[in-house]
Amino acid sequence: MILEGNAKKFGDNISTDLIAPGRLFHLRNNLPELAKHVLEDAEPNFAEKIQKGDIIVGGRNFGLGSSREHAPAIIKIAGIGAILTQSVARIFFRNAINVGLPIFECDTSQIDAEDRVQIDLLKGTVENLTKKITLTFQSLPEIMVAILNDGGLMPYIQKHGGFKL
Amino acid sequence: MPKTIAEKILSEKSGQDARSGQIVICDVSWAIAQDGTGPLSIRRLQDAGLEKVFDPERVIFFIDHAAPSPRKELSNAHQIIRSFAQKTGATVSEINQGVCHQRMVEDFINPGDLLIGADSHTCTSGALAAFSTGMGSTDVAVGMALGKVWLKVPPTIKIEVEGNLSKGVYSKDLILYIIGLLTADGATYKALEFSGSTISGLSMSERFTMSNMAVEAGAKAGLIASDQITRDYLKQRGRESHFREIFSDPDAEYEKIITIKAEEIEPMVALPHTVDNVQTASQASGTKIHQVFLGTCTNGRLKDLEIAAKILEGKTIARGLRLLVTPASKKIYLEALQKGVIETLVKAGAAVTSPGCGPCVGIHQGILGDDEACLSTQNRNFLGRMGNPKGFIYLSSPATAAVSALKGEISDPREVV
Ligand code: SF4
Repeated sequence: MILEGNAKKFGDNISTDLIAPGRLFHLRNNLPELAKHVLEDAEPNFAEKIQKGDIIVGGRNFGLGSSREHAPAIIKIAGIGAILTQSVARIFFRNAINVGLPIFECDTSQIDAEDRVQIDLLKGTVENLTKKITLTFQSLPEIMVAILNDGGLMPYIQKHGGFKL
Repeated sequence: MPKTIAEKILSEKSGQDARSGQIVICDVSWAIAQDGTGPLSIRRLQDAGLEKVFDPERVIFFIDHAAPSPRKELSNAHQIIRSFAQKTGATVSEINQGVCHQRMVEDFINPGDLLIGADSHTCTSGALAAFSTGMGSTDVAVGMALGKVWLKVPPTIKIEVEGNLSKGVYSKDLILYIIGLLTADGATYKALEFSGSTISGLSMSERFTMSNMAVEAGAKAGLIASDQITRDYLKQRGRESHFREIFSDPDAEYEKIITIKAEEIEPMVALPHTVDNVQTASQASGTKIHQVFLGTCTNGRLKDLEIAAKILEGKTIARGLRLLVTPASKKIYLEALQKGVIETLVKAGAAVTSPGCGPCVGIHQGILGDDEACLSTQNRNFLGRMGNPKGFIYLSSPATAAVSALKGEISDPREVV
């Protein structure tokens, strides 16, 4: 599978409080509405700037903080195709895969805002088409690849009736 | 082969010889969610046609984040929880009962248990030598329905703390210091294990504060071996028969061992907007604050309220400052009432809210105004956390919070205690 989009760049320590703030707690059962506010405390009107398939490019420790799965869920609903980040917080990492949002750790210092980026999931490479650089990303554990391939954890469980190692 | 606490528990729960780095499928002892994450777990189960729970007594929903509900959307979210529980028999902890993590350690968790919770501070129960970790709604939903979870066995970083904490210094200061040392992602994917003579000397209440904040260094779990203090704690709660000694084997393999001298720790404060942005309280002293919040799963226990009450007894908080107090559970609230602790705090100027998360996460109560600063005993000070991205949150121990409430600015508690 190949994903391609423009880079939307963020810094280090983008917390789940920035992605899906507590003050919008009441919108948690209305994810499309919550998605309109995605990351707005980090970048005003961010949702309006997204073109379908854009790729979030983060720094260190992306998604730290609370366990709210609403955070990766609304990033996906808002149209983001994947996240590339220097490193990712543990719970957010699982949550992103579970909601079917591809997320990979790679050297994001080589990607600037609005660079055209192509991710080849099979080859494990990230092509910065604007800068003509090829990067590699940390491969996922097999079980996460299987969950991602099935479109998330629930479809995976429905298909296999439980966990398969 | 010698094993760490994490390897021991995950071996038992997976029926395999689990080693760090391995991926295992485990039986869960408890699967929990709160009112912010639970409705999504329920929706995931409904969408997948899996509306069942593996054990009604071991699947618990806590209505604690927005309790009582401040608006209709949240009341409706609470309805989703109550009606799912009615259908499946799952347990509900109602709006008067308190914060999920406090209730788990008070009423449910035993050494050796495996707890998965749709809340990042689920790691609190690690202080009872249980492997407990935070996850998202879907992971927990699957755990609720099937009683299973997949886990990567984490490597362990051992934090060895030796000696006595000085007067006015508490486990909150110690854990803030440790997070400053490790940084906010220094333990990502790893288990922290707190040990050494200082930890052995801490009460369970103070141990919970340590384990609670393990996730602020990115850790998957914050473990403490069980001992006599654990046994006494369980005994007081009628669970002595569930006591088991669980510890890391002496020659277990650690990724890293960090040694800390307790004497060197001073009262600490985390500055906005990350938890690892720490300074000593004396360095931060003089910072003007508008609100002080005493409570949460980190420091809303009886001891915490007592420490603050002792400092505030017969005095009045600074003019113009708000002091908010939220007991972490109903049990704590009742004990604090009986002991006169609540009365002391109220007389000093505190506004007391019903047990739960209170103002911790910016849903209701105590939301900061623009450019206002709050000194809180909670675990997290991220931008926007208390409901306003134009606010500033500082973190400290209850003693530092109480002294600062008197002065209206961040102060070193050693000036009075
Ligand atoms: S008290 Fe705060 S940190 Fe603890 S569970 Fe509630 S919102 Fe989370």
